[in-house]
Amino acid sequence: MGDIRYDVAIVGAGPAGLSAAIVLAKAGVKVIVIERGRFPGSKNVMGGVFYTDCMKGVVDDFPGKAPVERHIVEQRMWLIDDESYVGFTHKNAKFDNQPYNCHTVFRAQFDKWLAQQATGAGALIINQTVVTEPIMEGDKVVGIRTDRPEGDIMADCVIAADGVNSFIAKSLGFRSNLKKNAVALGVKEIIGLDEKVINDRFNVSGSQGVTIEMTGSLFEGAEAMAFLYTNKKSVSLGVGMIIEDMIEHNINPNELMESLKAHPAISPLIEGGETKEYLAHMIPEGGYNEMPRLFGDGVMIAGDAAMMVNAVHREGSNLAITSGKLAAQTYLEAAEKGDFSADTLSVYADKLQESFVMKDLKKYKELPKLLQKNRHLLDKYPKLINDAAFELLKVDGISKQAKQRSIWKNMKQQIGFTRMLKDLYKIWRTVG
Amino acid sequence: MRLEDKLYLIGFKVDEVGGSHLAIKDRSLCVECEMKQCLYICPCGVYEIDEKKNEVSINYDACVECGTCRVSCDNIDWRYPRGGFGVAYKFG
Repeated sequence: MGDIRYDVAIVGAGPAGLSAAIVLAKAGVKVIVIERGRFPGSKNVMGGVFYTDCMKGVVDDFPGKAPVERHIVEQRMWLIDDESYVGFTHKNAKFDNQPYNCHTVFRAQFDKWLAQQATGAGALIINQTVVTEPIMEGDKVVGIRTDRPEGDIMADCVIAADGVNSFIAKSLGFRSNLKKNAVALGVKEIIGLDEKVINDRFNVSGSQGVTIEMTGSLFEGAEAMAFLYTNKKSVSLGVGMIIEDMIEHNINPNELMESLKAHPAISPLIEGGETKEYLAHMIPEGGYNEMPRLFGDGVMIAGDAAMMVNAVHREGSNLAITSGKLAAQTYLEAAEKGDFSADTLSVYADKLQESFVMKDLKKYKELPKLLQKNRHLLDKYPKLINDAAFELLKVDGISKQAKQRSIWKNMKQQIGFTRMLKDLYKIWRTVG
Repeated sequence: MRLEDKLYLIGFKVDEVGGSHLAIKDRSLCVECEMKQCLYICPCGVYEIDEKKNEVSINYDACVECGTCRVSCDNIDWRYPRGGFGVAYKFG
């Protein structure tokens, strides 16, 4: 690898690492990014919605020529049960105004493009290389070791953006092993459909797109989160579940995926489609309380590696981009002082605290615990609401008052009045 | 759709030289294991019971490196494939 001393060494060419690389390279910093895949994005997966705002200061004319699929004008939220759903929809002509709020993307293509922006700005990206460990000098990170012969890279500062499995954060002792209840597994299929068929089925035209978020009991009483996002000539259909729940309910991810595809609300939307790719990836959903230490002497942690996912709002890549940007800015300030100690790099945590990243993660910090302790919130309520809607809308000679009484009785039997009040209070306290 | 047909759609570069990046630390623990979650939790069916040997076999060439097995079971020795090997998604 030639002369192997850089100002900054970044582990992982995903959104966090690449946004840091772009900001640093633009400022004239000598920066190297190590990526284990064949090309940046080749091992990266997400549901598929990328928010535009975070690109300010990274790629200002975004989307420009970036490989984006559709801009989202309508968002549907469904509480699902075995054969039904109760939904809420927001469609707004304002989402048709540029710059668009968000687009669907394919990460293998998007990250590749983002890497080209980094290279264009002057960063060096080395693919097909695994970072095996940080190089230490006492407690200070002074570089990274790779699986290439003579593959040590020395740097003033290392940014670990190595994703959900982050071995760097683990080996530095910044976090313990990932907990079964703090990570979800998401599986997804890209299902090819004719562009016109998508436009007709989702009532959109041009590059307009629709997202559907679903929650409820999808599969043998286990709580899952699912989504369907429209791309130009395909839809991304996926489902995620906390790993602890999957183990407990004996769930096979592919069977879960197949049951989603067979759901009466989904199957007509993908009918005639051809699966192009099957994907799986872990989602760090532990939230604020499960975040690792974010900085140390000569090192900062960004993106998924730092558990920066807002599961409530299906945001992650924008948190990653923002954290990469803030890590880069922190480095620039530290370089002026010529000091990369933990004390100086603590500014990174301050910047995160001041940004929406930590504010949002803090806001929902008790949610994972709430859902874990109150499984019925995602299991019983969607079912009760679906049953209630069906009962109210079915005309069968029974008076509305009798129907209301029976719905109420069912709710009291299933959950109980006091518990419902408590649940409402808890939910309001946690997400309100 | 069968899992085999889905796996066929994924791009892989299998490390024939380096071999498996996955291993079981202590096979005797598998014999005592009641949950056997590795057999159903993997989205790609990497872990199977080898009827002849009566032990868990690892089809590492179908691994998409998600890490779910690692989080699910402490008895799995999990590392990344060598640089450039393993899954390479087309869409992602």
